Formats: sequence, C-alpha cells, structure tokens
Amino acid sequence: MDKFQTLRSTAVPLPLENIDTDQIIPARFLKSTTREGFGANLFADWRYASNGEPKHGFVLNDTRYHGQILLAGHNFGCGSSREHAAWALYDAGFKVVISSEFADIFRGNALNTGLLPLQVSAEVLQRLVARVTHYPNTQLEVDLPTQTLSVPVWNESFAFDIDLYKKECLINGYDDIDYLLSQQSAITTYEEARTWSI
Amino acid sequence: MAKSLFDKIWDAHVVKAIPGGLEVFYIDRHLIHEVTSPQAFDELRARGLPLLRPAQMVATADHNVPTRNQHLPIADPISRSQVDKLTENCASFGVELFGLGHENQGIVHVIGPELGITQPGMTIVCGDSHTSTHGAFGAIAFGIGTSQVTQVMATQCLLLSRPKRMRITIDGELRPGVTAKDLILHIIAQLGTGGATGYFVEYAGSAIRSLSMEGRMTVCNMSIEMGARGGMIAPDATTYAYLQGRPYAPQGERWTQVLAYWQTLYSEEGAEFEADLLIDAQTIAPMITYGTNPGMGIALSGHIPAQVAASEAASFEKSLQYMGFQPGETLLGKEITHVFIGSCTNSRIEDLRAVAAYVQGKQKAAHVEAIIVPGSKSVEKQAIAEGLDKILAQAGFELREPGCSACLAMNDDKIPDGAYCVSTSNRNFEGRQGPGARTLLASPLVAAITAVQGRIVDITQYLN
Ligand code: SF4
Repeated sequence: MDKFQTLRSTAVPLPLENIDTDQIIPARFLKSTTREGFGANLFADWRYASNGEPKHGFVLNDTRYHGQILLAGHNFGCGSSREHAAWALYDAGFKVVISSEFADIFRGNALNTGLLPLQVSAEVLQRLVARVTHYPNTQLEVDLPTQTLSVPVWNESFAFDIDLYKKECLINGYDDIDYLLSQQSAITTYEEARTWSI
Repeated sequence: MAKSLFDKIWDAHVVKAIPGGLEVFYIDRHLIHEVTSPQAFDELRARGLPLLRPAQMVATADHNVPTRNQHLPIADPISRSQVDKLTENCASFGVELFGLGHENQGIVHVIGPELGITQPGMTIVCGDSHTSTHGAFGAIAFGIGTSQVTQVMATQCLLLSRPKRMRITIDGELRPGVTAKDLILHIIAQLGTGGATGYFVEYAGSAIRSLSMEGRMTVCNMSIEMGARGGMIAPDATTYAYLQGRPYAPQGERWTQVLAYWQTLYSEEGAEFEADLLIDAQTIAPMITYGTNPGMGIALSGHIPAQVAASEAASFEKSLQYMGFQPGETLLGKEITHVFIGSCTNSRIEDLRAVAAYVQGKQKAAHVEAIIVPGSKSVEKQAIAEGLDKILAQAGFELREPGCSACLAMNDDKIPDGAYCVSTSNRNFEGRQGPGARTLLASPLVAAITAVQGRIVDITQYLN
C-alpha cells in the first residue's frame, strides 16, 4: 500500500447523497481477476453514454473540475462490499474522499486501499461543495499526521477523526495483514482455548 | 451485567483487544465466490502465505454464472476465466468448492444455511455485503472487502472495532399478504438507506419469532440496505428444527452439546442497546420501492412522497427522473414488463412455493417476461420434486438454473434499458439489473401478482 501523509489539491464536487458502489463501479466491470485498471470505468454509467461518448454535464467530464479529492454527499459508498469501488477511485487518481458519512464497509475498504475517507460535518461539507463548485481552483490541504483539513483561502482548518491504528497504517503504508500475521501465536492460543470449538 | 446476543458472540471471538479500540476478531467460517476472491488468492501467492484454516472455508460460483445450460462451458470468455480461476485457486489451496454443476452449488448465502454450514454462535464472513443473511441463525455474519478476505485467509482473523447495537422489535401479527420481505422493506423505509450505519441489528419480537427460517433470512439479508453492519435473530426451536439433519450440521452427541450452548444465545433482560426501536406488525402493509435505493419504499397502495428534505432534494429528483416517476404519484396501475424472482433475498424453496401457489391455474400477462431463478441446485431439485416447475411453466414463468442472475446482471440476465422490473432482489440502484433498468423491489407474492396482472395492483384485493 502507498504511504499517505499530506496532500494539497483541488477537488471534484459530486454532492449527491447515498452514492452506492454499483454507481462507483458497475457489476459488469467486476469480471477482472486483478486489481488494476478499474479507474477507466469509475462511475461508468454516469460518465459515458451507451455508445461510449462522455455524458455532458457529469462532473468528471467537466474540464473545470479536477484534482485528487472527491467531495461527495452523505452515506457515500453504500451497498455492495466490492473493494473494486475503492480501487477504481484510487486508480482514477483520487487519494481522498470527503463526505459527511461513509458506509462502514466502504470506509474499511478505502483505508485498506490507501484512499483516505475523510469525514466532516454536514455543514462543512455543504460549504466546501459550494466553494469548490463556484471556484474550481480552490486548493484544499489534507494533513493526516495532524488530522486537519485546511482551506487556505478561508484561512480555516477543520479537524477530522481517524482510528489511530489506521492512521499509522496509512502514514507508513502498512496494511492489517502485517499486524495480524504478527499475532499468530495469540490466534493459535485462542483456537486451543476455545471451549466451544467448531 | 445483562448481555445482548450480539455481545455474547462477539466477546467469545475476541482474540486480543488492542489499545485504541480495535480488536483481533476470530472468524469461524469463511465463504468465498468467484468475484471477490481472485485478488485475495493472488495476494497470498505474492506474499508466499498459506491458508491458515482451509477446512473453515467453502467456495461456490454464483455471481457470474449463466442460468441456462450450466452443463455447457460458459460462453462469455471473461466470465469463464473468472470461474475457472476460482476452480484453480480452490484446487491449489485445498478449499472445498461447490462449482457449476455440483449438487451443492448455489448463491453463497442460500447454500451456507441450506447445508447446515451456518450455525448459531458462529462468526461468518464473505466478500459480499449480504453475508448478513446468515445472522438469521443467531450468528455474527457480515460482508468484507477483498483485502479482508486476504486477512481471513491468512490469519482467520480481522482487525475490527465493535459496532454499536440496535434492537428492532416487531410485535404482533402480520396482516394477510404481508411477508418477511414487506417487513424489512418497511423497516428500511423508516430508517433510510444509511439509518443503521455503524450498528449491528438484532431483530426481536413476536412477529420475528413467528417467521420461518426462510423469512428470517430475508429480513437479515437486507440489514445492509439500511447501512447496518449486519442483522441477527436469536436462535430458537425453529432454528434447531431447520438445522437438524443438514449435511454439515453437528450430529449425534455433538448435536446435544452444541444445542445446550445455542440455548444460551439470547439477549438477556436489561441488555443494553444504543438504539432500541419498536414496530407494530399491524402497521406494515405490502411494500414496493419507487426509487433508486432500498430506503425509497412505500406501501403498494401509497404515494411517492411529494417532497423531501432540502439536503436530499437533488438525489430524490435524480432518482425519480431515472425511474420515470413523479413526486406524489401512486404506482398503482403502472405497467410492468419484467418480473424477476430470485437472489439471496428471495430464492429459497418457500419463495418458489409462494409464487407457485399463487400462479397455479393462472397465466402471466402476455407482455410480461417472468423468470424465476432458484437460489441453489438443491432448491431447484426440490422445486422439481414438488412439481412447482410444471405449475410455473404452465403459468408462463421460466424456471432457470441457480445463480445471482438479474440481481446484479453480471451474466446475460439483464433487464433492458428503461424497462420496469418488479424484482424480489435487494437493490434497486441505478443500473443494478442492467444499464438503464428500472427496478421495483417487492415480495415474491407481489411479484407473482404483478406478473399475472401485468401492472402494479393493490394485492390485498387479489389474494387467493
Ligand atoms: S443474489 Fe444478489 S445480492 Fe445476493 S449474493 Fe448474489 S449478487 Fe449479491
């Protein structure tokens, strides 16, 4: 997993609520047996018409908006557990998704992919969306070690929460498996001690 | 202190608590399928890791399989290669596989319970969000992403933070024509698609107790549609009767031992829940969804909301535009061209029986295409043994071979662009059943009546 520490970038606003993982990456693109290349089909049905032409009006086809941060509405990533959704966002160049709430499985998948799910209040999200929509060149700064999201042009910073262990993992590029493997003896002891074994 | 069902099982699976709140959490059963496992096997290979407990895993091919001519090689080369990859991986890592053509093959959440692999008190995971289905047996069961699939493969554990607890009690008797599917659609409509995010839900109350195991699975299955990590129901006599004698269920003396343990699995009086909801079963009507998330549900004879909160307005408008509906209108009378009966929500034998019982001696409307996809080989076999296949065929319904099918349309079973489909599946997301497809979620009974009438009707006037 890549390391994540700080990021300064413009953002892409997609302020719809309840964006599900079927929209992020439709099921018919899940036939690949590798992790690569999903970015090309990110938001495929919103982004392209059935003949493959980019759909006018969808934010990823709007040249004014670009950057490594996606600003999305409440309950982002609900639905299917497909980690391919996080892979697709990452593969398309996003490093951070900002929302006022993330679906549980998506949040975990994002963290395991190296994509930072950054939760802010509904009010801050609304302000960010309004700002970025009107001023697409607005820079945002994410600082993971200090857990702050800054908007330099406002001269304002917002603190965000993240599990401390997960934060260390992102900063150092570790994933859970390294930690779990180090716990092998505790796992075996647990298995042997179970009174009700399966 | 009084303990909840959830805490009893959770606590029994904590290998180690880590300062900061995460816990090393032990997994008893790991189910895998062709779509979310190949990258996990690759990761194991790349790291030179073995499977820690292959005997605690079971694999099946379901998401991507055709539902016709399963005895022939899969026509689509990419789908075929994904299914072949699963076969190769299971062979080289020593995982039991119920592949295409195997008598135990089927949708992963249908076969686990049916074979007795799913048992009370267990922790069960699968790289699929509807793993919550298995909670119907009093298990902690939830969906995971592919990175976590790798973790369970290598260590039989996950690193998790404990979710909050929610109890939803449904007391009273369900009205005629109201099924387990209506019950859960009602709950999701009340809570909204993200209303249980961060929670693990226990369903309780007399309406839940009176459901069959099939009905309980339907309820737990859709827990994820309100954002819950999972759903569960305390095991009882119905659970034990269902499990006893199933191929992978404990037998003989072992059965007596586990039964004694299972009987301790319930929420004690005074157990704590961060959220506790009470619903009167009599208030639940036959349901249908009108929008593009499962929380957008109404009573069949109700109306689409005329307006919603300002923050939801853009999503609501986009949703209705996609569906071709107007705010405030009724769905009654809307013409339907497709009916899909299947998916891990409603493809068990009880669902097929309910449909057959209704359509016996009737005909589907001429303009409707109605397919029924059984959840497993065993459901298919049972349906044929009971003669349901003939009843369905005479009514113009096509009984297919098992798989996920038009629930997610990864195979050829797609609903055409713009067409309306009443579906017994669990998701009505844009494009879920094929690009442009418009899905209305409902119970098997509502689906059967819709197929016969060719349009949406108030089913209470059409019950047999
Ligand atoms: S039937 Fe549908 S919801 Fe169930 S496992 Fe298959 S794709 Fe997922």
